[in-house]
Amino acid sequence: MNLHEFQAKAVLRDYGIATPRGVVITSADQCAVAVAELGGMPLVAKAQIHAGGRGKAGGVKLCRSLDDLSATAAALLGSRLTTYQNAPDGQPVHQLLIEETLPIARELYLSITVDRAAERIGLVASACGGMDIEEVAHSEPEKILKEWVNPATGLMDYQGRNLAFGLGLAGAQVGAFVQMVKTLYRIFLEKDLALLEINPLVVTGDGSGLGRILPLDCKMSVEDNALYRQKALAEIADESQIDPKEAEAHAHDVNYIALNGNIGCMVNGAGLAMATMDLIKLSGGQPANFLDVGGGATAATVARAFKIILADPNVKAVLINIFGGIMRCDIIAQGVIDAVKEVGVSIPVVVRLEGTNVELGRKMLADAVADSVTTTRLPIIASNDLDEAARQAVAAVGEQA
Amino acid sequence: MSILVNKDTKVICQGYTGKQGTFHSEQAIRYGTRMVGGVTPGKGGQMHLDRPVFNTVKEAVRETGADASVIYVPAGFAADGILEAVDAGIRVIVCITEGIPVRDMINVKAALRANSGANSGANSGANSGANGAVLIGPNCPGIITPGECKIGIMPGFIHQRGKVGIVSRSGTLTYEAVFQTTRLGLGQTTCVGIGGDPIKGLDFIDCLEMFQADPETEAIIMVGEIGGSREEEAAEYIKASVTKPVAGYIAGQTAPPGKRMGHAGAIIAGGKGTASAKIAALEAAGVVVAASPAGIGEACAEAIKRRE
Repeated sequence: MNLHEFQAKAVLRDYGIATPRGVVITSADQCAVAVAELGGMPLVAKAQIHAGGRGKAGGVKLCRSLDDLSATAAALLGSRLTTYQNAPDGQPVHQLLIEETLPIARELYLSITVDRAAERIGLVASACGGMDIEEVAHSEPEKILKEWVNPATGLMDYQGRNLAFGLGLAGAQVGAFVQMVKTLYRIFLEKDLALLEINPLVVTGDGSGLGRILPLDCKMSVEDNALYRQKALAEIADESQIDPKEAEAHAHDVNYIALNGNIGCMVNGAGLAMATMDLIKLSGGQPANFLDVGGGATAATVARAFKIILADPNVKAVLINIFGGIMRCDIIAQGVIDAVKEVGVSIPVVVRLEGTNVELGRKMLADAVADSVTTTRLPIIASNDLDEAARQAVAAVGEQA
Repeated sequence: MSILVNKDTKVICQGYTGKQGTFHSEQAIRYGTRMVGGVTPGKGGQMHLDRPVFNTVKEAVRETGADASVIYVPAGFAADGILEAVDAGIRVIVCITEGIPVRDMINVKAALRANSGANSGANSGANSGANGAVLIGPNCPGIITPGECKIGIMPGFIHQRGKVGIVSRSGTLTYEAVFQTTRLGLGQTTCVGIGGDPIKGLDFIDCLEMFQADPETEAIIMVGEIGGSREEEAAEYIKASVTKPVAGYIAGQTAPPGKRMGHAGAIIAGGKGTASAKIAALEAAGVVVAASPAGIGEACAEAIKRRE
């Protein structure tokens, strides 16, 4: 779960880390109050969305007058901002963070994340702040500084000093930086973060060469698995930043990710769900989504999953691939039949069942289709084989073209 | 032979009297697993499924001689459960629980490392605790030696004793590999679901090492997915140290970068962990990689044929 920049900065301030002075506004007519509160122009207006690359996309603007700021706010608020990091239709801007401008001497980079290879929390710092850090890591790896934290000791002062001196900090900056990094590590742990990134971390230019160190931007992502014990953060989640179908699925404990194809997928298990998408592609089709109904799928879960898949107007056929282990195939078959009737599915639904009670499940599907000949024919196609099922789904889409 | 568990393995269940623990313990007992009891704090002294319930793992081990434990406790209590099992001297700890915060697993792995003896091998050292304890999972289907011992949530009946060792990051995709090798008459020695989390116990290399050393295992299937670099590391290990035929499958070729595909560990980040890079690494190590999830069994047969 991602936090907005203004939310992340509020967490920093709660822990005593100074941030640039700022005000959050939700409508253009709040600009005058913001200017008064921040003591005049110029100010920076920053669109609050859950994606990077805002600056290049026009989501961060330097404003020199109130008129300028009001016009920027009117243009950005309520719009959708598309950056190189999000979907083509972008994400909605509901808040602007209006901040003071600072004289900047240097831009640094600092992040904390879980290093899965080292199985430890790792810190990454670089003197090349404000840039794409992955690009820096690729082209100039010597400019990337790293430290890994032993969980038994926590982050040590010497590790903070390694980074501080490596970044070329001096004098009082070193101690201040070490304190800040240790506090950030504490935040990372206490808030169960998956990512804490400050890019850029700026050194202000006061002429002395020994300016203050301040986070100009801050990105925080809370680990989804830990949200149960981070209730305060879970409550401020901005669902508007997520694809509405993904948000709906999430609310029903269904794992769904929208893609660009036209064959909807319903699968049990994340690995098998990915494999089913791959198989559709291999068979010449395009998957419309990733969807894992989970191990304990019931008739109700299947019906909900259908609704989520069919909410995507691009879907022309559905492929259901269930390996019934603990979950019996006859129960899944009944769930599919009920859902197709209840939801009123009219596009082809290819069903591949395998596992416990598979013969009964397949017979139920066949009988349901046969029984429906006199009424409205159920669009269910039963398949005995995984490869065949993918080909049938691709063919079903082709027939409609 | 087999790896890690067999007909003599005495198994207890942590979270024994809960819904999950009860259901899967019943299934395991029916399969023939030597379930000797279970642990639910506060319910010690009772009987459940005709077996004793204990308050602590230590007590369960002392009274039953259990050497394996399966954990079904909720995510918030799972790290505690794993370390309780390690401390009690359990040899094989299988954690089925899904959704354990990564911070908890970092601490668990650090504790396992601190506990590991000086004699642990280079690869198993990080994943084994005192008394050579190994952790399988979390967020995994478990481990099964067909016909002898089923620890976890996999459907027992699709397995058949045979000659293929299977190691997989995904649950239902493991079942596909099992089902296909059963249908082809290859059968399995032991199947290990290592789980879909980024930080976990046994990894591919640990299992490859054990399958290579197991005389009954004639071929190995490894099923991977996008995210991380363990498949690439496994490919290096196979090239250097595995002489048995290996087949593989990698899920997630169509997965978009930056999106977590269900499993916490399955995410392409910073251009790393793509399916194509993993497939290329495995093929370079001589592994027969199936293009389709329906072709895993055939890829294994092909890998065996190439060696003949």
